[in-house]
Amino acid sequence: MLNPKDKKRILVLGIGNILWADEGFGVRVVEEFHRRYATDDNVTVLDGGTQGLYLVSFLEQSDCLIVFDAIDYGLLPGQLKLVRDDEVPKFTAAKKVSLHQTGFQEVLSAADLLGRRPRELALIGCQPLDLEHWGGPLTTPVRLQIAPAIELACKLLAQWDSPAKPRTAPLPASERLLANNIDHANYEIGARPI
Amino acid sequence: MAVQTPNGFNLDRSGRRIVIDPLTRIEGHLRVEANLDSDNVIRNAVSSGTMWRGIEVILRGRDPRDAWAFTERICGVCTGTHALTSVRAVENALGIAIPENANSIRNIMQLCLLVHDHLVHFYHLHALDWVDVVSALKADPKSTSALAQSISPWPLSSPGYFKDLQIRLTKFFGSGQLGPFKNGYWGHPAYKLPPEANLMAVAHYLEALDFQKEIVKIQAIYGGKNPHPNWLVGGVPCAINIDGPGAVGAINMERLNIVASIIERSIEFVEQVYLPDIAAICSFYKDWLHGGGLSSKSVMSYGDIPENANDCSAKSFKLPRGVILGGNLKEILPIDHGDPEQIQEFVAHSWYKYPSDCCGLHPWDGITEPHFELGPKLKGSKTDIKELDEGGKYSWIKAPRWRGHAMEVGPLARYIIGYAQGKAEFKEPAERLLKGLNLPLTALFSTLGRTAARALECQWAAHQMRYFQDKLVIHIKAGNTATADVSRWKPESWHKEAKGYGFSEAPRGALGHWIKIKGAKIDNYQCVVPTTWNGSPRDPKGNIGAFEASLIGTPMVDPQRPLEILRTIHSFDPCLACSTHVMSPDGQEVASINVR
Repeated sequence: MLNPKDKKRILVLGIGNILWADEGFGVRVVEEFHRRYATDDNVTVLDGGTQGLYLVSFLEQSDCLIVFDAIDYGLLPGQLKLVRDDEVPKFTAAKKVSLHQTGFQEVLSAADLLGRRPRELALIGCQPLDLEHWGGPLTTPVRLQIAPAIELACKLLAQWDSPAKPRTAPLPASERLLANNIDHANYEIGARPI
Repeated sequence: MAVQTPNGFNLDRSGRRIVIDPLTRIEGHLRVEANLDSDNVIRNAVSSGTMWRGIEVILRGRDPRDAWAFTERICGVCTGTHALTSVRAVENALGIAIPENANSIRNIMQLCLLVHDHLVHFYHLHALDWVDVVSALKADPKSTSALAQSISPWPLSSPGYFKDLQIRLTKFFGSGQLGPFKNGYWGHPAYKLPPEANLMAVAHYLEALDFQKEIVKIQAIYGGKNPHPNWLVGGVPCAINIDGPGAVGAINMERLNIVASIIERSIEFVEQVYLPDIAAICSFYKDWLHGGGLSSKSVMSYGDIPENANDCSAKSFKLPRGVILGGNLKEILPIDHGDPEQIQEFVAHSWYKYPSDCCGLHPWDGITEPHFELGPKLKGSKTDIKELDEGGKYSWIKAPRWRGHAMEVGPLARYIIGYAQGKAEFKEPAERLLKGLNLPLTALFSTLGRTAARALECQWAAHQMRYFQDKLVIHIKAGNTATADVSRWKPESWHKEAKGYGFSEAPRGALGHWIKIKGAKIDNYQCVVPTTWNGSPRDPKGNIGAFEASLIGTPMVDPQRPLEILRTIHSFDPCLACSTHVMSPDGQEVASINVR
């Protein structure tokens, strides 16, 4: 068994804007992942929201990166796709996160420029159905992919020798990633119907 | 044929029109169109926010105590300042007073955002309008080192340091990826820096990227986490337990010392890197004093960073409060956010519907009803707009006005008002910079002045952080550890109906939230953000907003590569909030420039 200090540092990151319907996919996956699983100290679970370039510092502290995001792959709405390593920048370039139009690709290349980019990359993306509904919820086909996306991430974490462990006791509300009624359930209770 | 606007600009849309959509390196989507005369000077400018956003529709029916968490998610850069403005609005509506420590901690967090945002804005979003990255590859590292050492004692300045960087850059470009440097107009004749100054600036681009992650640790310490720090109606959510070992979220001496150390390093970075860079860059662009726009006429600042908790008087605010009209620096007019006659939004040229297009609405009575309709002179179609008709509706941004006047807001507005008030901390650094460049006061009213004011303010804010950190520690040591007043937390303690407003000076300018509460729920919520002021379309009287005004009269060297327009619009640090459309992998979005 490796000493935790020698283990790869892993970042599990969800990005997107929870206020834009399916655009919130990445954040909702990481929120649910954190609610259901505990991880070792070498794994950081982060709700990146719409932060662009500001995420560079988290990336440069990681050896391996898993990103959840809504990506337009030209697939059917709700289809999930895993993209690895060199392919990641190509797909994230297609997508803009909020910060001053900094695409995630630019975040990656900024980390690269600083000479500290994660060695292994995995993008778990879901094809969105609705990105126009300001204030709206995740659509059903996209919401149904939260659990499969988490499963994919768990497999990767196991491969990286840092398996996620199902929580034995429910995570208290105070420790969840999103609070103040912007957590998934409470946000959607108040979301406008289409 | 030229038309004069009531706020004194001559517009002529007869020349050829250029369209830039989207304008890159900003938050959100902005389209700019401009008419050029035969000498390629801009004679008419049209700025259009191309995405709809209405926080109000999301918040209706929600708990007012949660509003900050929603507004923090509007976009990726204004996070904390929206949250602060939101809790202030709720406290104003419910008559809640916050403790002194909460005031100090909020000030530190807001100042921290100012320092962080100014630094990131300048180096990562704006510097490339002045700095030619590709030219840096041709610099002589030895001369670069000599230049760097002549302007600053900053230690990272050896020839070897710049040589290594140049090798890294060459390799980076050679690998075919441009990353953050794509979409640049490298080699454009409007770039004036010698290769050595370019290489020095690129080095600092990377150093700032590295350093900014230190600054945000302050948000994590006082806000519990970052990104998305926590806020609280009634104060701040962090407890103070000075002798404690550091229970989760509690502030102890160790954490206070971490904050103090980050503040010192921020001051050092700003003074030894950012300010010398600005002075150096300004010295090469002294002849390019375009882009003043409204700044010499009408500027506004709501005021922020209160010395004393719950004191919203102009005297208490460390960032100036007031309005200057018609360039009259001798008179600072007072602002009242609750006066229905003062701040009003108009939609005559915005894609919204009001009972009447000629009347403005105060934000408490604001309506957000989208209404997409194009003017008769539009070229193209609804789905493929070639040229907007600014005579009709043409933007998703409303047009806010103060007593009917268009205003510029932001660091330059704050410095002009501070200067006019004779406040030494604004006046002296501005005069020092101008004197060093041998420029008159009027040079401030320019794109360069806007960029320089942001740098001066960054230094000011870093020192104010130190001031409030010291004040906080003194209070805590005197045994005062209160950080929140939750006596009116429960809705049972509220009036059945209440309304209020909150305001702040966000990095990019005056920000206001107006709230109406009914039966413990939000009944109406309106945000008027800085870019609504600066990027506003025309109003019913024909006054143009700050973006449009700033472009008038600017000569363009090469209209196919509109660097001058980018430079001036970026100098406002625009945030059109939430650029979140997805694009297909083969449909990468690149600015399309059409010259007709």
